[in-house]
Amino acid sequence: MENIEHPENTFETRELNVNLGPQHPATHGVLRLMLDLDGEVVKRCTPYVGYLHRGIEKLGEHRTYFAALPLSDRLDYISSMNNNVGYVNAVEKLFGIEAPERAQFIRTIVAEMGRLSSHIVWLGTHVLDIGATTPFLYAMRERETILDLFEILCGARLTVSYPRIGGVRNDVTQEFLDRLYEFVLDFPKRMDEYETLVTQNRIWKDRTVGIGVISAEEAVNWGLTGGTLRGSGVPYDVRKFFPYDAYDKVDFDVPIGKNGDCYDRYIVRVGEMRQSNRIIQQCIEKLPKGPVMAEEAKFTLPPKDMVLKDMEHLIHQFVLITKGPSVAEGEVYVSSEVPKGELGFYFVSDGTGKPYRMRVRAPSFVHASVLPRLCEDGLIADVIANIGTIDIVLGECDR
Amino acid sequence: MNTILETIIAPGSIDFALAIGIILVKIAVVIAIALLHVAYATYFERKVIAHMQVRLGPREVGPYGLFQPFADGIKLFFKEDIIPAKADKPLFYLSPVIFFIAALTSLAVLPFFDGFVIADLNIGLLFLLAMSSLGAYGIILSGWSSNSKFSFLGGLRAASQVISYEIAMGLSLVGVMIMAGSLNLSDIVRAQHAYPTGVFVIPQFLGFFVFVVAAFAETNRLPFDLPEAESELVAGYFTEYSGFRFALFFLGEYTGMLIMSSLLALCFLGGWTIPRFITDFIPFLSAVPGIVWFLMKVYAFMFFYYWVRATLPRYRYDQLMAIGWKLLIPLALINILITGLVKAWIKGLL
Repeated sequence: MENIEHPENTFETRELNVNLGPQHPATHGVLRLMLDLDGEVVKRCTPYVGYLHRGIEKLGEHRTYFAALPLSDRLDYISSMNNNVGYVNAVEKLFGIEAPERAQFIRTIVAEMGRLSSHIVWLGTHVLDIGATTPFLYAMRERETILDLFEILCGARLTVSYPRIGGVRNDVTQEFLDRLYEFVLDFPKRMDEYETLVTQNRIWKDRTVGIGVISAEEAVNWGLTGGTLRGSGVPYDVRKFFPYDAYDKVDFDVPIGKNGDCYDRYIVRVGEMRQSNRIIQQCIEKLPKGPVMAEEAKFTLPPKDMVLKDMEHLIHQFVLITKGPSVAEGEVYVSSEVPKGELGFYFVSDGTGKPYRMRVRAPSFVHASVLPRLCEDGLIADVIANIGTIDIVLGECDR
Repeated sequence: MNTILETIIAPGSIDFALAIGIILVKIAVVIAIALLHVAYATYFERKVIAHMQVRLGPREVGPYGLFQPFADGIKLFFKEDIIPAKADKPLFYLSPVIFFIAALTSLAVLPFFDGFVIADLNIGLLFLLAMSSLGAYGIILSGWSSNSKFSFLGGLRAASQVISYEIAMGLSLVGVMIMAGSLNLSDIVRAQHAYPTGVFVIPQFLGFFVFVVAAFAETNRLPFDLPEAESELVAGYFTEYSGFRFALFFLGEYTGMLIMSSLLALCFLGGWTIPRFITDFIPFLSAVPGIVWFLMKVYAFMFFYYWVRATLPRYRYDQLMAIGWKLLIPLALINILITGLVKAWIKGLL
């Protein structure tokens, strides 16, 4: 009788425990979330990572600096070009060499192409998760053009390994530059197409405005970087604060948000795509002439045609690949702005040809850790919006 | 059994037997044609959406991929029928059947053209609403009996969504009932033909708007496809279904879309008729058979379904509820009030 005033006491209620992933259409790979649901409200959200762990950091310690480059492709396989650029910049700083100016411009071009292709995938999948299918297919059309350009450039489409320590693998061809320039001129119109479908769409705004809000202070404390941080209004961008390659020679803006919600992060990344396009255009216009590999025989691989013709070069190549260069003892941390955020490479050298320790600071790992903060006390549909908005790739998160 | 047989064999009841025979033939024809339309509605959808999304759609099976629906059907029919070990088996078997039968039964009261209707019920409109509510049982039971969390959430969502939008849809049709003075769908069409505008969509624009939105929710289509939101709930209530049981849900959904489109054509767009002011202006149009007008209206709305699917993202569950209760139902009530007052004024009661 005492329960009449509190009918909820007359029966037992339990939270529904839902296992979202590792196989789930919206987890962008093998992210696994344990959700405790009270109706549709998420009470607790626990991310489990590690399903794609391949031990890339450890593998790097067993390879020479040259041979470990392709490992960085496999971090964030959507934007392998950016990882390569981050890796070679870190190793170059450790070696104390610098790539020639033309190579730096080419790296900037390809890194921004990588950023575009990654942001395109992010835009497509994020919007697809919210339920709009068409922008995804439009986005794939543009990504296809970028991958075709990568193929012209270096023969590979996804895991490119195009930059080299001390420069880039080969010079760009005129055909590549022409087709890229054509794409760059056309791209803003394509962006308008996506934005027509999404940016001012009322349902889109209902689904993203005020969802997954994180303040600027909290975002910094969580260690967020990239578009996820800038959406909260912090104008931190490695390309502006610690310029590498040719970023100090081109003019670009860093779009920032205000409220730190899903919508602002969306606006930031869409703005970044337009800025990337601007950077590519400027780089093509300013592209200087000159060599694309540094003249540092002790630290850079000799040109392949010379290896096939000349004894000296063959020996150089053999020694550098098998034993590695003799690097001074020391440590170095170099970060670069990849599409997901700040990708840092930390090397400890013990004087041999292989790093004593290779550590990768992966933005996706940090961003996955903030998911509970964004999702808890929200609805289950917002979990999907939040996974999309932090833009994680599990290859990078698990390493 | 004996009594029926005796009645049929008994002299003088040959008309009765004939009537039953005609009805059976009609049912067979309607179901066959409706299912063919359903099959090609999927093909139509795939082609339309593909071309909106810079793709080509089905092309491989037959010329222009025209036999794709049959290939899909055969494939689904021969697929392994997987039943989860912990499923509530009788309900699991039953729920797709309930869903499909509820959808097919609705076909009985639809007048496709003048005089062609299987059951000319005087409560046709109510019968349609009742059947679409019964279909929700199929969804809820499938979600419950699968014993899967995703199905369960999908089933719950479907239950609340269908109940909420059922009210809005019923209320939006009240205006039409008041204007036509009947619940019989054929009478509603005739009332429209007699009305000066020829269609009820012009005086009943509010009801039309509410009906269109509710029709999307009622058939679980984007932007209201929450019960089967694949990015959240994998496939919602039919996550655990495979093979032909899945096909029944699929067919049921598309039959539901066809029925909603037909209901819209009948109640708001004049069914098999075209407004008189058009035939007065272009007289030869009145020679076109009614079924052509009817199908054109139905497929125009089907196209609208696809168009919306290719354009809009999905609403969230609470937003869907807010739209239903805070926007659609008040609008429908206002519509009823205005329609009632105007009708009373015309009749000189005020």
